[in-house]
Amino acid sequence: MAKGSIVAGCLAPHPPHLVYADNPEQNEPVSEGGWEQLRWGYERLRESLKDVDYDVIVILSPHWQTYVGTHFIGVEKCSSKSVDPVFPNLFRFNYDLTIDVELAEAIHDQAKSEGMSVKMMTNPDFRVDYGTIVSCHMVRPEWDKPIVSISSNRSLSYYSVEVMQEMMIELGKSTARAIEESGKKCLLIASNSLSHRHFVTETNPPEDMSKEHITSHAMHLWDMRMIEMMRQGKSQQIINEMPEFCEQAIAETDGGALTWLLSAMGVPSEPAILHGYGTIIGTGNAIMEWPCRNWGA
Amino acid sequence: MTGEVIKSLIVPAHPHPVLCPEKNEGWQRVRDAYDDARKQIEESDADLIIVYSTLWPSVIGHQIQADPNPEWVMVDADFHDLGSIHYSLKIDTEFAEAWNQANIKRGLESRTVAYHGFPVDVGSVVALELLNPSNRIPAVICSTNVYSNRAETTVLAKACMDVVKAQGKKAVAVSVMSLSNRMFTEPIEPHEDRIHSLKDDEWNRKILEFLSEGRLEDVGQLSRTIHDQIRVKKVVAFKPMWWLSAMNDNRNDLTGQVLAYEPIHGAGAAVVVLDPESNGTGDKEYDEDDVEFYGGDRNVLESDLEEPNGNVNSGPALYDPVEGANAVNTSKAPKPVGAYPHARREGDLIYLSGVGPRQPGDNSIPGGPIKDSNGNPLNYDIKAQTRAVVDNIARILEEAGSSLEKVIDVTSFLVDMDRDFSGYNEVWAETLGKVGPTRTTLAIRALPTPIAVEMKVIAKV
Ligand SMILES: [Fe+2]
Repeated sequence: MAKGSIVAGCLAPHPPHLVYADNPEQNEPVSEGGWEQLRWGYERLRESLKDVDYDVIVILSPHWQTYVGTHFIGVEKCSSKSVDPVFPNLFRFNYDLTIDVELAEAIHDQAKSEGMSVKMMTNPDFRVDYGTIVSCHMVRPEWDKPIVSISSNRSLSYYSVEVMQEMMIELGKSTARAIEESGKKCLLIASNSLSHRHFVTETNPPEDMSKEHITSHAMHLWDMRMIEMMRQGKSQQIINEMPEFCEQAIAETDGGALTWLLSAMGVPSEPAILHGYGTIIGTGNAIMEWPCRNWGA
Repeated sequence: MTGEVIKSLIVPAHPHPVLCPEKNEGWQRVRDAYDDARKQIEESDADLIIVYSTLWPSVIGHQIQADPNPEWVMVDADFHDLGSIHYSLKIDTEFAEAWNQANIKRGLESRTVAYHGFPVDVGSVVALELLNPSNRIPAVICSTNVYSNRAETTVLAKACMDVVKAQGKKAVAVSVMSLSNRMFTEPIEPHEDRIHSLKDDEWNRKILEFLSEGRLEDVGQLSRTIHDQIRVKKVVAFKPMWWLSAMNDNRNDLTGQVLAYEPIHGAGAAVVVLDPESNGTGDKEYDEDDVEFYGGDRNVLESDLEEPNGNVNSGPALYDPVEGANAVNTSKAPKPVGAYPHARREGDLIYLSGVGPRQPGDNSIPGGPIKDSNGNPLNYDIKAQTRAVVDNIARILEEAGSSLEKVIDVTSFLVDMDRDFSGYNEVWAETLGKVGPTRTTLAIRALPTPIAVEMKVIAKV
């Protein structure tokens, strides 16, 4: 069997506003558009991945928050309605997706053998978190690839960004090892925003783009700094600066997804492609792609 | 009809007491305590259960559940292996809508949510499942805003109480929360459960000692310390005690009963019932300012900061009251804004300089200033301002050896007669109106500080 591989890693943020603005048939609310800069960014990412052959999407979302270790969905067929508890006016999405339980278990087992606290989620009533659904939908609206859904272990809350990163680096390595052994070609998604200070009011309609901007200049500077580092292949520096970034930009990378992704790709020094940047109720969002498939052995 | 909170509860959020109490004696005791609390509610004349859940975070202000019948299957993000909880709740939508309006009236960002499939949080589901299993009493559920702090949370409760009173409800107020919330980060066997650390346990017991003595406001004012000491920082502040205390008029003399205190996966799970009946004690150990209206986000990046409690940073210079023949001055009244005394005695009469609501010491304005330092109008409470004026008058008269009962004549100045006359008049009726001085009320364009009311008083010594 050929070794499995990561065809690409993506930073693919999940604000439900993007799905809402796209008006797919699965989502109940209807919009007049909005956040085009980001949606065009997703369009460019999809275009970039159009001819890439892969078997499965592996995604870590900060909206399945677990405090007792890292969890993996272990139910093959998941279909239900996902309603965002924070923006229920924007996101009520009827989903029907397939989980690659085999690969989920392989990553789980690999992580467990490395001593990590992990658990399979096998309750058929479980609802898939909206972060996973939004990112997957924006990356692959056809919903024709199975998914491995990994929870966000909130180790940050218990320890520190440093400890969170150590755990995510380990999880990333386990993920890469399990993928290699599986023989599968995988697309990896870190589902998170960058700076993450929201406005606490909403415009009417929510897609009124005349009111959309970053919450503060400091947040903008941090976002640009992170994007520049990604574009220059400075993965290790991103990890080094992560504690300051999480603290000062209240960044959603605190959920560990980006660190996990960078680790799974081997902390690459190859540059990432910027497909788009934009703000959503004040938070900073970048769509990035690391085209690992082109990096050679 | 008078509405009131007839009972307040603090209950834990984890699904164990619903799904598997039999697996651990402590979990069973939490379940038994829940059942006991349920019986107490059933035996009361409660007609509304108000749930403030720390497990439903919101960003766009405060969200209030307004679906008449939220129904779904709840699975806990961590404890999914314990099973699912099918819920079907009955919501008092009329109350939910009114609370939302009351929030907006008091300056809060607020909205109702009523969507099929909305994921009611595990805390609310567990609490309502155990306290109100047959939906005999309608409920209302409110989210916890991730950015809100004490002032906002207090105002949220006051808005809720506006509606409880207006609708004549007999309400049960429920805070769903853990005490210490540090859980084990590894799966454990049920028999291995214990409070995560001795420090968490000691703090939990201290909190419960306060609550058993009915000292709810003290616990509220300890919230920030509790958050630092025993709370994993999942949220920016430990808010539920602020809410619950404000639902009880910030009282400290309630009658408290601790029905259970046990570990659930390392976290502190307690069932506490607080009755409004006074236990006779009740001095407050701490004394944070009370808040009536929410003035909006603090502009943390702006250079000229407005103090959140309504302090006046800008405005005219303050003077020490002028001493002189027959002058009467006191440190218990606010400093003058010019060279004059607080009052002056002539014969057996005493003439007061115009008295406003500013507080001696910190110069703050009860009920809030009428505008910010940039001149932008703010929402303020005329009744609180008027009450503060009368209190200041009483202090000056006392210093002069007189009292409110001896006031002969009052001239009142209002900056917004249309908006404020009735509130001002109401407080007047409760205070000086009972004494019976003559009165003249004038509308004027402005006062030197951002206040809405001032009175000029003549009294007998
Ligand atoms: Fe998010």
